[in-house]
Amino acid sequence: MTNLSILVIFPLLTTFAILFCRNVTQIKWTALIGSLLQLTIASLLMYSYYGERAAGNTAQMLFEARYSWYSAMNIEYYVGVDGISVIMIMLTAFVVTCGILISWKIETLTKEFFFLLLLLSVGAYGFFISLDLFTMFFFLELAVIPKFLLIAIWGSGKKEYSAMKLALMLMGGSALVLIGLLATYFNTDMGGGVHTWDLLKIAHMHIPYETQLFIFPFLFVGFGVFTALFPFHTWVPDGHSSAPTAASMFLAGISMKLGGYGCLRVATYLMPEAAQHYSWIIVLLATIAIIYGAFATLMQKDLKYINAYSSVSHCGFILLGIGMLTKTALIGAVMQMVSHGLMTALFFGAIGMIYERTHTRQIKELGGLLKTIPFLSSVFIIAGLCSLGLPGFSGFVSEMVVFVGAWQQPDAFHRIATILAAASIVVTAVYILRAAGSAIMGPIKNEHFNHLKDATWNEKMASVLLIFAILSIGLAPFWLINIISPDTQIIMENIARGAIGN
Amino acid sequence: MSNYSIALIPLLPLATFVVLGLFGRKYLSAFAGIIGTISLLISTIISLVTAYQYFFISGKINGIYQPIIALNYSWLQFTPSVSIDMGIMLDPIAMMMIVVVTFVSLMVHIFSLGYMKGEERFATYYAFLSLFTFSMLGLVLSSNIFQIYMFWELVGVSSFLLIGYYFDKPSAVAASKKAFIVTRFADLGFLIGILILAYSAETLDFGTLIARLTDASSPYFVNAAGASFIGISALTWGLVLVFLGGAGKSAMFPFHIWLPDAMEGPTPVSALIHAATMVVAGVFLVARLFPIFAFDAAALTVVTYVGAFSALFAAIIACTQTDIKRVLAYSTMSQIGYMMFSLGVAKHGGEGGLGYMASMFHLFTHAFFKSLLFLGAGAVIHLVHSNEMKDMGGLRKLMPITHITFLIACLAIAGIPPFAGFFSKEEILLAAFHSNKMVFFVALFTSGLTAFYMFRLYFSIFWSKESHVHENGHGEGTLTMKLPLVILAVFAVFAGFFPIASLVTSDGLALETHIDYLFSLTPVALAVAGILLASSLYKSENSKPQSIATTLGGLYTAAHKKFYMDELYMFITHKIIFNLIGKPAAWIDKNIVDGLMNLFADTTAQISDNMKGLQSGKLQQYASYFFVGVLGFMLLFIYLWN
Repeated sequence: MTNLSILVIFPLLTTFAILFCRNVTQIKWTALIGSLLQLTIASLLMYSYYGERAAGNTAQMLFEARYSWYSAMNIEYYVGVDGISVIMIMLTAFVVTCGILISWKIETLTKEFFFLLLLLSVGAYGFFISLDLFTMFFFLELAVIPKFLLIAIWGSGKKEYSAMKLALMLMGGSALVLIGLLATYFNTDMGGGVHTWDLLKIAHMHIPYETQLFIFPFLFVGFGVFTALFPFHTWVPDGHSSAPTAASMFLAGISMKLGGYGCLRVATYLMPEAAQHYSWIIVLLATIAIIYGAFATLMQKDLKYINAYSSVSHCGFILLGIGMLTKTALIGAVMQMVSHGLMTALFFGAIGMIYERTHTRQIKELGGLLKTIPFLSSVFIIAGLCSLGLPGFSGFVSEMVVFVGAWQQPDAFHRIATILAAASIVVTAVYILRAAGSAIMGPIKNEHFNHLKDATWNEKMASVLLIFAILSIGLAPFWLINIISPDTQIIMENIARGAIGN
Repeated sequence: MSNYSIALIPLLPLATFVVLGLFGRKYLSAFAGIIGTISLLISTIISLVTAYQYFFISGKINGIYQPIIALNYSWLQFTPSVSIDMGIMLDPIAMMMIVVVTFVSLMVHIFSLGYMKGEERFATYYAFLSLFTFSMLGLVLSSNIFQIYMFWELVGVSSFLLIGYYFDKPSAVAASKKAFIVTRFADLGFLIGILILAYSAETLDFGTLIARLTDASSPYFVNAAGASFIGISALTWGLVLVFLGGAGKSAMFPFHIWLPDAMEGPTPVSALIHAATMVVAGVFLVARLFPIFAFDAAALTVVTYVGAFSALFAAIIACTQTDIKRVLAYSTMSQIGYMMFSLGVAKHGGEGGLGYMASMFHLFTHAFFKSLLFLGAGAVIHLVHSNEMKDMGGLRKLMPITHITFLIACLAIAGIPPFAGFFSKEEILLAAFHSNKMVFFVALFTSGLTAFYMFRLYFSIFWSKESHVHENGHGEGTLTMKLPLVILAVFAVFAGFFPIASLVTSDGLALETHIDYLFSLTPVALAVAGILLASSLYKSENSKPQSIATTLGGLYTAAHKKFYMDELYMFITHKIIFNLIGKPAAWIDKNIVDGLMNLFADTTAQISDNMKGLQSGKLQQYASYFFVGVLGFMLLFIYLWN
């Protein structure tokens, strides 16, 4: 498994295959088998990544491949992976597979739905393997546009408004990213006025301090929009609540992580001095997002809004980890990306499955589901417990790593930010138990709920897959930390070098 | 016992949880109880053997009990020196606790075979019981402060699941939420305390942590004791915050409000979790870190006064409650208060360590008689189908075994010799007497109150009016319900003779203790007075209690209403947090933050809407634009030309 491009080509082939399918059954099975093969490829990638590292390969990026794309501007199709990308690829594969499993009952425009869903995965994989900034941007855009259609066509509620809002805000974010990337490009120098998009080369160049200060906000805010940076998070609640289940899963599970990954890999890694300069603003905004998101969740009445606002709060931990600029906190940020991706996918999945049966997501109208659909209710409770950071699940591990990393910044500002962020775990417990207490537990509020059918095979399979992934991090986090740790070390070294250079 | 077999003590209940949780409902419903009980029986035997080996064979090194790390795995490495390890540490308090936890849990497992028979979610019940037992055992065996925090949370969630076992009852759901959220709030303190201590000592490992923070010459200690925030040292902050977590789990004032409500859970669960094991976790935590606490007088003072106040406060409320489980809940809170202040008045090592030993001793004896009281109450509720005292009375003839065992437990908790509670309480009073007279008098008065409210309970259930309960076929319950009562009663009588003083002490050295009969005279006399008073008021039905309540007026009402603590909490959560923080946050997000985004979009739309008139497709209009444009440019050129 040395050819990374297969990660992009294979889903692309699956989308074409779907176009040639004749009926709904064929479409669904093609999509499912395609996604299961993606999962296999991703697992093989991780396996060979481990093998290479165990064999002592210490190159920063493994399995690199490079083809010139547009030589006049030095744009290349340049791919390679390190531990962080491998983990994100695994996450994508899990979420896509489970999203397809959960969408088994899509009846309108089935072909188009699965086509778009798989197209999104092409964008995500491409983004995570790219080492050329332009290619990376290309894939980022590829992961935005299908979402507009997914929400506008298969969504619910005020779907046109939400789809438009989401697409415009994310497009706005990527416009900022584009400005930042262009500015970066024109400030690189390969000798003789030749510029480069090569991420690794740029990382080893010294971009002047003032230039970094100018570029960094574009990159960080641009990517930040994707990961619900306060105050650019308002697409999250509307977007998620209108999106069909699989799209919500994808949106929260992967799309929001594209932003976090970009903030870390592009903004922080390439502009280390500016990252230090602005870090207090990041910490401030992240803390606001965490606390304010949590309190806003407290007041929501719709299950999807609850999870959407809680995503704002949880994604704050990613940004907090990045803003703290300690190695442990960066590890925590990456772990939180993975953990939140899995957990929120499970949560949206559970909400979607419940909604499909009860036709309501208002917690006031639900109640007593544990009695009639115990499997789905248990899945909901497990997702909730993971969200409130129960030990044994991934959420606990990643949040604790962020806290421990954040505490290593000894000044009062960072301490207070950390304590406030930690205080959110109480608020989280309140809103999760409030939702579970009245929607899942309690007496049955609607006669119709007595005749609900519990999970079907595909829904069970999706839930079990995600719970398995969550537990594998929550019970044995060492494998994850081992795979991430060397790469965060490299980012930290860049930051430390920046500090000396300054 | 090899080190790996020690790991079986917590792992067997975990395995039971997994098996019953996954397959119990469908395939093992009938055998769930048997599976759970047998697996726990094995666990109990291993823990008894382990404790025996530790105490009498391997634990003593140079005549002192040493902590032994039986197993240790690195679980999450933060930095080369700081890591969360999963390990098993054997030391006297851990050994005592595994015996208590497995034993009481076994009794509860057996009792539940009869009590919970026929429940629809029988397997789920045993799965949750196993989960709890696993978490509690993991907690007491932890070798790392973060490990204890993890199991601490797991214990909290198993408590949540068990309180909410009757999930279709809104009151049970509310109680389970309350228990989890209140303890979670306290756990936030615990977490920050851990961060402070771990940052100061640069380790999470208990042994190293204690060694570094109790050595006045180490740079870690100097650092922790020196750095201060608003005049209080980092060390004190760390310890007080950790104690906050302990106070939450142990239902100390002001975090006690969840405990009485937690009685919504099945009664055997109350016996296990909310009487004997989980609620003493806070005491255990302070004992675990006791060497550091002993180094910091300020933190220890907090422990003392919180404990003493809770002991008195809860005892007063207990005198006025009418739900028998709530009386027991407040009594638990009061007894844990004893354990807490007993630790607070102790010093590290030597004679000063009496309070530490006494606290552990009381924890040990209390576990037996309090779980006995709860199981007895369970048997009563099983028969009467009510928790209220007014529905009971005269039950001594209907349920003789329950009656006798309940009486034994009442005598034990009241501190009448030679029952178990007498010995441990005597040591606590003695320790308080030597170091803090005020706390001593509070404790003395409370022990009189304890005797009073316990016998109020006893007489109201078993004497008072004639029984009007009809024999409903199952009488006192099955053999599996009676057996644990008898076994626990034996321990409630004899546990006081157990040589805790030579086994579980603050410094690992045996402590010389003797009962000073002259000193004991006062507390015993007070206890007897309390019993006599209760007997005169409640042995037969009369109007005296009512008239006393009327005389006390507002004071009685306040105590009956639990001093309005619940109302205070409701005010803070609903009026302040929900209305003043939550609602504005949601409103601001919807209207201001999102409003700005929408405004931005709307303005753009408006501008383009205005501009679209330009593209009308009418030739004359375009021509006139063209003409105006040319004219404008001409004027501009002329202006610039000059």
